[in-house]
Amino acid sequence: MIIYSKRAIKDILDHRFLSVTTIITIAVSVLIAGAVALFLMNANDIMNSWKKGIRVMAYLKPDIPEINIGELKRRIQGMNGVRDVQFISKNEALQRLKSQMKRQPSLLENLKENPLPDAFEIRLAESFQNRDSVEMLAERLNSLVQVEDVEYGQIWLGRFMSIINLFRLTGYAMGGLFFLAAVFIVANTIRLVLYSRREEVEIMRLVGATDGFIKAPFYIEGLIQGVLGGMIGLTALFVIFMLVSLNVEQGLTAGLFSIRFLSPGAFCGILVCSMFVGWLGCYLSLKQFSR
Amino acid sequence: MFHVHKNYGAKKALIDVTLDISKNEFLFISGPSGAGKTTLLKLLYLGETVSEGQVLIEGINLSRISHKRIPFLRRKFGIIFQDYKLIATKTVFENVALVLEAMGKKRRFIEKKVKSVLRTVGMENNLHSLPPSLSGGEQQRVAVARAVVGDPKIILADEPTGNLDEDSADIIFELLKRFHIRGATIVIATHDKELIRKTGGRAIHLKQGRLQTTSTVTV
Repeated sequence: MIIYSKRAIKDILDHRFLSVTTIITIAVSVLIAGAVALFLMNANDIMNSWKKGIRVMAYLKPDIPEINIGELKRRIQGMNGVRDVQFISKNEALQRLKSQMKRQPSLLENLKENPLPDAFEIRLAESFQNRDSVEMLAERLNSLVQVEDVEYGQIWLGRFMSIINLFRLTGYAMGGLFFLAAVFIVANTIRLVLYSRREEVEIMRLVGATDGFIKAPFYIEGLIQGVLGGMIGLTALFVIFMLVSLNVEQGLTAGLFSIRFLSPGAFCGILVCSMFVGWLGCYLSLKQFSR
Repeated sequence: MFHVHKNYGAKKALIDVTLDISKNEFLFISGPSGAGKTTLLKLLYLGETVSEGQVLIEGINLSRISHKRIPFLRRKFGIIFQDYKLIATKTVFENVALVLEAMGKKRRFIEKKVKSVLRTVGMENNLHSLPPSLSGGEQQRVAVARAVVGDPKIILADEPTGNLDEDSADIIFELLKRFHIRGATIVIATHDKELIRKTGGRAIHLKQGRLQTTSTVTV
C-alpha cells in the first residue's frame, strides 16, 4: 500500500498541471453541487417552518344561526388531520383587522356594516402539514353547505413549491453535468498519465506484475484527486456561505429562521461522491487501456 | 515447443518449429537478423501468442493459460531485452526492485536482495543513478540484475551483448554462466557465432523462420 501510494503521489507531482486541472474541476463541481444542496436544504427548512404555521380558513355563508356554529365546529374538529378549530366571528375578525391597520384607521371608519364573514380558523396536526393533506381538507370543508369559501394560501404555496421543484431539477441537471465533466476530465488525466507511462506499464507486465499492481496507484491517484478536489470545493463553499449568511441573516430572514451549513453527513457524502468521481474516471480510463 | 507457427499478417516469422529445452540447459538460438529469434523468445514469455502449434512450459500449455495466471508464469522468467527496457525515470535500485515489488516481497527483503544482486553485477555504486546516465554495458548489467533478482528458473536473453564492447560482453556472459551454475536454464538469442564457440553449449540455428540445424559446442 505504501509503495502504491508513493507511486501515486509521484505521478501527481510529475504531472502537476494535469493533476491541478483535475482537482480544480472536481472542486468546481463540488462547489456547485454543494451550493445547490445547501440551497435546497435551507429552502426545505423554510418550507418546514412555514408548514408549521399552516392554517386553513373556512369562511361561512352569511346568516348562519348561532346554534349551528357549535355543531359545525364539532364536525370540523372530527375531520381527519385537524388539530384545533377556532371560531372567529365577523365582529372579532373586524377587530383583528382594525388592530392590524392601526396606521390607516380612516380606511375602516366609514364602513356602514361589517363586510367580513364568520369563519373557522383550522390548524392541522403535524403529520398533515403538507400540500396534499391541506388540499384534501379544503375539499371536504368546501363540501359543507355552510361554508362559502376556503382559503389556505394555495396560490403562494403552489408557486413556492414550483420554484423549489424548479431549483431542485436544475440542481440535479447541473450536478449531473458537472459530475460527467469531472469524470471525463479525471479519465482524460489518467489516460494521459498512462500514455506517458505506457512503456513502464509494459515493462511491469513483462517482469510479472499483476493488473492489480499496475492499476492500484492509478486508483489511489484518482481517489487523492477526488478527496483534494472535494475538500477544496467544500472549503470554498463554506467561505462563500459565511460571507452570504452574514448578509442574508441580517436582512432577509429577519430572525424568523437561521440558515445553516451542510450537516456532517451531507459534508461526508459530498466528499465520498468526489472520491467516487476520481475512482470512476480512473476505472473508465483503465478499462479502455486494458483493452 | 511443438510445430509452432507464428504469422504477422502475411509475413511468416516462424514456420513449424519444434524445440525441446531441458532444465538447466544453456541454449543458444542463432541466426541472422529477421530469422525469428526474438519472436521465439517472445512466444516463451507470452510476449506473443502462437498462430499454430503449442508451447508448453513445465507442462502448462501457454495457449490455454488464463489471463490472470500470465504474471505468475512470467515470474518464472528473467528476461534480458536487446534494448534493455529499463525505466528511464526510475533509479537503478528502483528498476531492479520493481520485480520484487511486483511479487509482493517485503521492503526489507527487497532492499537487501537488490543491493546484493547489484553487487554481483558490479553496479553497487550506481544505486541512485538513472539509466540514461549509464553506459550501454552498465545498463545491460542492470538489466541482468533485474532479470535474476527474482531467482527465476529460466533466463531469456535477447542479444545480450549486441550493443556491448568485448570486455562488457565478457562480464555479462560470466554473470549468465554463474546463474547457470546455480541451476537456471539459460536461453540466449544471438547472431554472434564467435560467442557461441567461446561459451559452448547447444545451439539451434534459425533461418527465415525455420529451424535449420542443432549443434553442440564443447569448450
